[in-house]
Amino acid sequence: MDLTLTADEEAFRDEVRTWLADNNPGPEPDGDDSAKFEFQRTWQRTMHDAGWAGVAWPKEYGGRGASLLEQTIFYAEMARAKVPRPANILGLVMGGPVVMAHGDESQKERFLEPILSAEEIWCQGFSEPESGSDLASLKTKAVKVEGGWEVTGQKVWTTLGHIAKWCMLVARSDFDAPKHKGLTYFICDMEQDGIEVRPLVQITGEAEFNEVFFEGAFVPDENVMGGVGNGWMVAITTLMNERAGLGASAAVGLQNDLENLIELINERGLGSDPILRQKIAALKMGTEALSLGAMRSLSQQIKTGIPGPEGSVAKLQWGSINQEMTELATEILGPAALGKDSDWGYKMLRSRANSIEGGTSEVLKNIIAERVLGLPKLR
Amino acid sequence: MNFGFNDEQQEIKATAKSFAQSRFKPDVVRKQVESEPGGFDEAVWKELSELGWAGIAVSEEHGGQGLGMVELVILCEELGYAVAPTPFLANACAGLALEWAGSDEQKAAHLGGIATGEARGAVGSPDVFLDAEGAAVPIVFDEDGARILDPNSVTFDKLDLIDETRGYSEPSSVDGEALTGDLDAASGRMSVAVAAELTGIAQRAMDMAVEYAKERHQFERPIGAYQAVSHRCADMLYAVEEARSLTYYAAWAADEEPDSLALAASMAKARAADAAWEVAKSSIQVHGGIGFTWEHDLHFLLKRARASGQLFGSSSAHRERVAGLIGMAA
Repeated sequence: MDLTLTADEEAFRDEVRTWLADNNPGPEPDGDDSAKFEFQRTWQRTMHDAGWAGVAWPKEYGGRGASLLEQTIFYAEMARAKVPRPANILGLVMGGPVVMAHGDESQKERFLEPILSAEEIWCQGFSEPESGSDLASLKTKAVKVEGGWEVTGQKVWTTLGHIAKWCMLVARSDFDAPKHKGLTYFICDMEQDGIEVRPLVQITGEAEFNEVFFEGAFVPDENVMGGVGNGWMVAITTLMNERAGLGASAAVGLQNDLENLIELINERGLGSDPILRQKIAALKMGTEALSLGAMRSLSQQIKTGIPGPEGSVAKLQWGSINQEMTELATEILGPAALGKDSDWGYKMLRSRANSIEGGTSEVLKNIIAERVLGLPKLR
Repeated sequence: MNFGFNDEQQEIKATAKSFAQSRFKPDVVRKQVESEPGGFDEAVWKELSELGWAGIAVSEEHGGQGLGMVELVILCEELGYAVAPTPFLANACAGLALEWAGSDEQKAAHLGGIATGEARGAVGSPDVFLDAEGAAVPIVFDEDGARILDPNSVTFDKLDLIDETRGYSEPSSVDGEALTGDLDAASGRMSVAVAAELTGIAQRAMDMAVEYAKERHQFERPIGAYQAVSHRCADMLYAVEEARSLTYYAAWAADEEPDSLALAASMAKARAADAAWEVAKSSIQVHGGIGFTWEHDLHFLLKRARASGQLFGSSSAHRERVAGLIGMAA
């Protein structure tokens, strides 16, 4: 057991840290969403020019080919330096990996580089109004036509749908097959008449997500990913990419917030309140356990190829700590913290989604029960 | 960076697991509790000592193995898993107290016997000691510091506590020879050792719940297929893994990054104590009525979780310490 970094790992961390310090573009501009997005796009270009955008991607596809541990260090350092997130986040963590895993040579040639450079933004068309946790029940229809497929249906929770060039779209191509088998994974061009994108306003008042309506949208055959009827298997790869490696950088973000909160408590002369002290200590312990669990899971993955069970609770841990911390902050700050433009007020509202997005806590517990503990399936 | 055991540590874990589970089978533990509550089998203690475990974290110059807290934690966790009636923890904690807070003379006088298990150590507070009966080196910790009591002049009155898998007693006197070294270094490590025992208890209670949830059928299905039960089990994994991550980290910090020990030890002790209690009581709920019977083994875990959880400071006391260490102004 050795929790310190080796000389090589430390050198890598220092390289990342120095580069981030020299190139940090500062906080995102306030207000206008498109200005914010352009800021993130410029930041991703800066990262890409220095070879950091695809830190986890293999070198042959324009990435840095970093090891699992180096990726973890990189994401943790990004969180520590509080740099913005790259604009094309879904393309980088989901779209690219799926193309690399399931795409043919011409698809790799066509799609990968513009993901890294943020020239083409990607969005995800999985969830539907009637298909949330039960994703495989989705009904968006793909009908075979000359040279491709015609898609009709509705997707929801589509981040960046209004800006994206490409949509990772899962649709039902065979209504007679069993529900997991009749799906196909498409890469759908968002810039066409058969698609309408409407912003979905959330409880924070902003619209991070969209509803997307497909009315006979066309996808050419060459944009089928992983073969007709294999959509479920391809989609699962995407979701696993979404969940991998979250823990360590999430813990850094929580630690930053916790330090701010402690400062705030002390400024208000509440540092000696015994109940607050208990709650703050519990948040610290949860944050450390998240970070340490991520490292244990990663060590296991490096050694055996399979992440340890600790990692399966990471998203639950992160969501519950973030929700508890933001609730506590608004309790301490009183009604003034609930101003619409206040940071903690916003964070408290936004955190309500943490136990829903990317797999609800209930679905995650089903997965832990079935796959980690080996309990019988409900269905 | 490798937050996993090395080959030697893996081997210690495997040996400890098979030893603990063969010598402290559930029926053996039950027989001990029912025939001589609070006692232990001297022959097994001798066997365990001959493996070198009594002195695993005692330095080599004093006759121990000279290994670290990580290795000690591995043993504590496995013995906790078995709820082993053994004076191992008390002896190991006395060793840590002397090793980190004793003078050279005190070490020379006492560590050898602790390392061989022939002159056992024990630790406690003025109101309760662990496995002090027959111990040669009882060490008391209180607000005035820590002292080695004279085993020839002090007597220990047996306490009938709910946990009968270990001996608890009250000393007749707490006067003795002071330990003048770094008491925080000693007590931090002692807390980590208990945290490891508690992690083992939590793991066992979870394993029992999961196993039972697979076998027990109601309404024509295994109860583990119902989310009310399966989600309870998922919550157990959450608690167990948090306790384990914090405990292993604290053990590593004790060996390699002692400046972090105070914070790490309190985080580990508080989380492991809460995890053991949460999981043990939740496991009883999963078992339903059978889990509430004397004939089922779960109550041994529940009781040990409660008793060990209060050793060397409650969870609230440790969280209070954490708050101070991370910058909450007093």
